[in-house]
Amino acid sequence: MIPLTHYLILGAILFSISMVGIFLNRKNVVILLMAIELLLLAVNVNFVAFSHYLQDTAGQVFVFFILTVAAAESAIGLAILIVLFRNRRSINVEDLDALKG
Amino acid sequence: MTELNIQPILPEIFIAVMACVILVVDLYIKQSGRGISYVLTLVALFGGAYLCWHDISAEPVIALNGMFVDDVFSDVLKIIICLLALLVFVYSREYIKARDFFSGEYFVLGLFGVVGMMVMTSANHFLALYLGLELLSLCLYTMVAFQRDSVVATEAAMKYFVLGALASAMLLYGMSIVYGLTGTLDIETVRESIREQATADNITLILGLVFILVSLAFKIGAVPFHMWIPDVYHGAPTSSTLFVSTAPKLAGFAIIMRLLVGGLEDLHFMWRDMVVVLAVLSIALGNLIAIAQTNLKRMLAYSAISHMGFMLLGVLAGTANGYSAGFFYSIVYAFMGLGGFGMVILLSRADYEADELDDLKGLNQRNPWYAFLLLLLMFSMAGVPPTIGFFAKLAVIQAVIEVGLTWLAVVAVLMAVVGAFYYLRVVKLMYFDPPAGEVRAIEAPADFRFLMSVNAVAMVLLLPVIGPIQDLCNEAISSVVTAF
Repeated sequence: MIPLTHYLILGAILFSISMVGIFLNRKNVVILLMAIELLLLAVNVNFVAFSHYLQDTAGQVFVFFILTVAAAESAIGLAILIVLFRNRRSINVEDLDALKG
Repeated sequence: MTELNIQPILPEIFIAVMACVILVVDLYIKQSGRGISYVLTLVALFGGAYLCWHDISAEPVIALNGMFVDDVFSDVLKIIICLLALLVFVYSREYIKARDFFSGEYFVLGLFGVVGMMVMTSANHFLALYLGLELLSLCLYTMVAFQRDSVVATEAAMKYFVLGALASAMLLYGMSIVYGLTGTLDIETVRESIREQATADNITLILGLVFILVSLAFKIGAVPFHMWIPDVYHGAPTSSTLFVSTAPKLAGFAIIMRLLVGGLEDLHFMWRDMVVVLAVLSIALGNLIAIAQTNLKRMLAYSAISHMGFMLLGVLAGTANGYSAGFFYSIVYAFMGLGGFGMVILLSRADYEADELDDLKGLNQRNPWYAFLLLLLMFSMAGVPPTIGFFAKLAVIQAVIEVGLTWLAVVAVLMAVVGAFYYLRVVKLMYFDPPAGEVRAIEAPADFRFLMSVNAVAMVLLLPVIGPIQDLCNEAISSVVTAF
């Protein structure tokens, strides 16, 4: 039987990896979208682990909703990416500098 | 657990059904008849507001197996959100027609965004809150990207999308930790469970709280999580900026009330200091950086950041008076922001955007009435006495003094004086500088001109009824604070 903490550590590691992916990535917008997916999956690991530990199905139901929303979210993210590519002919993060932010 | 009761969510159902109807009707009409979709959208929003008003409930009603709560707070907010969205669509009609996206999809996205906000204001469960937030956010990303051939708009949409998704993921991570500690997703039960384990050395709880707070700060755009605000406000077509900058601020306030106050109020001693930092940084940086801006939309974006800081002053006080002052402030801000960005739309033409500060030069000579309206809005944002903006600032500052944070009140007042500089600079440009370039007549449809005038003049004319409005805020807040 794998204890709860192992799952939580896995979730935390995945969450950290994707945070690093978002903030250190200077090359490619697609990697940003992948990192966002990974963030949500890390959260799902947490929810499933807690749900099993607490013997409460609400957490697993939440995971289904997160998966659905993540699919809609990546659809919109990719659509914005395509429009962006048409306008700029580049998906390099460093090229996103028309607005000084 | 209560039984399934759909009566309280009738307004949401109505607007969602109307959005689907518009989506279908829009397929069968030609571009010249697109006005039908527009009118149906206004009918949907007006109907939603009417249904909320019709069934304003004295007692909180919990529906949909504890997912959803219908109290005075949510009803008042929903009415205001519907009216704001309605005004946004009236203001932006000519603007989006001239830019070729006067289409059914734009209205449908707006309506679904409104449904998302209404679900957020009524959420009584983490799941409902998350779904409402995502419904709103996904619609906003798309509305920002709607001008497909604009480089800045798509770039702004991409930045908004990445940071917004990051904030949502942080919210979920915080929720998962709170779920693990309390064993429930129901906000009411979370509150009871938190009360038993709220001690200063509960590290896991602090971790969950920090994640939730960071994501809320992202959503309302408080410093240091404000990076997306200037870019999105500047890059997006002004009609979308108008939508993003008004009603979602109120929805943001609503989720702060539901999560921080409804769910985690017993941790107030922990989150108060964090919110103090957010508020001070937002007020200071927002006002200071706004001075350096030459673009009107960016300037208003930084001003929005500082206004959110003022709103947080009311929240951090942690008293019913404070929450009520924060609520009043966010309502007043939403209408000031509506007026401010509405003026940008009013001065824009089909072929150019009047979003540089220089475009305002000599506005008084071109059209004294519009210059006067913008003057009222600027005075109200700066907090100059005879306007409603002054009373909003007064209320939040009183709230922090009541809880003994006098230094915070001093900082807020000092920074409000700094902020007055750039608001008054706009007034100076309008009244004392000669017009730059060729002078063109300002044309706008009559309904837009009328509503814009009402919106701006209300900043002064609402003064006699300010007491009843604040009473309404008090009543709304007490319905949240005692609901549990």
